[in-house]
Amino acid sequence: MPQTQTAYVVVAFVALIVVIWILAPVFMTPRNLLNISKNFSFIALMSLGETLVIISGGIDLSVGSVCALSAVVTMMSMRFFAGTPAAQVPGATIALAALLGLALAALIGLVNGLFVARIRLSPFVTTLGMLSVTRGMTYVLTQGRAQYPVGPDVAAFTRFANGAVFGMPTQLVYLLVLAVLMALALRHLVWGRHLYAVGGNAQAAALTGVRVPRVVVSVYVLSGLAAGFSGVLIAGWLGAAPANLATGYELRVIAAAVIGGANLAGGTGGAAGAVLGAALIEVIRNGFVLIGANTYWEEVFVGIIIIIAVLVDQLRTRRIF
Amino acid sequence: MSLLELRGIRMEYGAIRALAEVDFAVAPGEIVGLIGDNGAGKSTLVKIIAGNFPPTHGTMHFDGHEVRFRGPQDARNAGIEVVYQDLALCDNLSGAANVFLGRELRRQVAGLSIMDHTAMTHRAAQLFAELKSETRPEPLVRTLSGGQRQAVAIARTRLAAAKLVLLDEPTASISVRQVAEVLDLMRRMRDHGQSVIFISHAMPHIFAVADRITVLRRGRKVADKPMGTTSPEEVTALITGAVERA
Repeated sequence: MPQTQTAYVVVAFVALIVVIWILAPVFMTPRNLLNISKNFSFIALMSLGETLVIISGGIDLSVGSVCALSAVVTMMSMRFFAGTPAAQVPGATIALAALLGLALAALIGLVNGLFVARIRLSPFVTTLGMLSVTRGMTYVLTQGRAQYPVGPDVAAFTRFANGAVFGMPTQLVYLLVLAVLMALALRHLVWGRHLYAVGGNAQAAALTGVRVPRVVVSVYVLSGLAAGFSGVLIAGWLGAAPANLATGYELRVIAAAVIGGANLAGGTGGAAGAVLGAALIEVIRNGFVLIGANTYWEEVFVGIIIIIAVLVDQLRTRRIF
Repeated sequence: MSLLELRGIRMEYGAIRALAEVDFAVAPGEIVGLIGDNGAGKSTLVKIIAGNFPPTHGTMHFDGHEVRFRGPQDARNAGIEVVYQDLALCDNLSGAANVFLGRELRRQVAGLSIMDHTAMTHRAAQLFAELKSETRPEPLVRTLSGGQRQAVAIARTRLAAAKLVLLDEPTASISVRQVAEVLDLMRRMRDHGQSVIFISHAMPHIFAVADRITVLRRGRKVADKPMGTTSPEEVTALITGAVERA
């Protein structure tokens, strides 16, 4: 029997791929795999940040909105910087614009984190409020109109956000690099150890001298950054940042984290799980389309997978398996 | 020469007097049983020693110096550790991780400070061996028995080189066999020169292991006797007030 939930997800993932492959051989074509890997990267990236928050025992519902705000702010800043001397330097307008977008995303994460860690507001309520505030800001800033990349660096932006490195889509490369870094940090940095301790027993962690608020704030900032980065990438992929970008993504992001083994009670989860969870959801979505099944069933199926994932985890920790 | 010496400790919460003129001392390598009914002032005394709050009145000497703790960290720095009843362990981490929580051993790799897993596992195994406990460093604390969990918590205090350890109800809610294990852990601590304050309701456990017993009743110390000079019957009478003082 597999020892971790992530191992179960790997088994389920492989089984699912085999089934879909048999039913729809087109699944295994390079073109379809490329399509899947792009689609799932955005969710998986956000899921990495979400997993950190969930390990700490919290939840971040604001990721979809932060994703959108960061995307539109990046696009609007790109337009702004195109009219400044920065336009003379190749790549400078998008670099500055993306930095602004990411800084704003980190700032929102910081506010979330401070409310949760210092004022002890519930993470659910804090980030639910922030979901609305951030989405509202996105509409206020754009007046509901989509924002487009403009200026001298549009081509560079597209290469960065939606290009290829050694035949791999850049989105997937960023995801894999960040996932590996996260896995290493969780395993080898004192910060990672303290994060699991905070999620396992925050009181005990505090008693041993772990700076709990600092750890908690850090994960909300990282979650904001991950969502913001994902937003910038989505804008590059779509060639636009609509104000309703990533609406409702928070649920898919949380679902991916949970399927991947993050326990909402805190204290467990990891980078591999987040990536696998997101991949599993995307493969199901893709498979439904390819097989020609009624795609309305897709959501039902994803929901069942979420419940099964949590159920298996429960049974496993009760040592029934 | 006492390791810890409290003189004339009084603690008032507004009009309520939780402790009145309590003198209390612990010698190096001594196990002192602290017993009393609920509300007798045990937790208040423990919290004063652990630095959670200062007494309203009275002095405290530790290791030859007068001390005034401004917080638990002060007490810990001085060499006083508390093992709480609920143990304050992280179930989702290994025994070794819990022993080293907040004091992780690190090594430098490419200028980056990362945890030294091997050294921590090794040292934790050593600490468990010193305590003659069968606890292994790698399994998650969630999977350990009550006695093994106590061993993890106590190993933490040994790692900190604590001179005085306060054990709050360490034998409550564990099985008979594990109680024996925990009492043995205390003897090991004494062998290593650590002083122990053993707070408990369980008289047989105190009689099995303590060198001396201090009885509190309604915020006053009503007895402080070497183990050989008293009996469970006398202590019961002191706790309930059937006997005023001994």
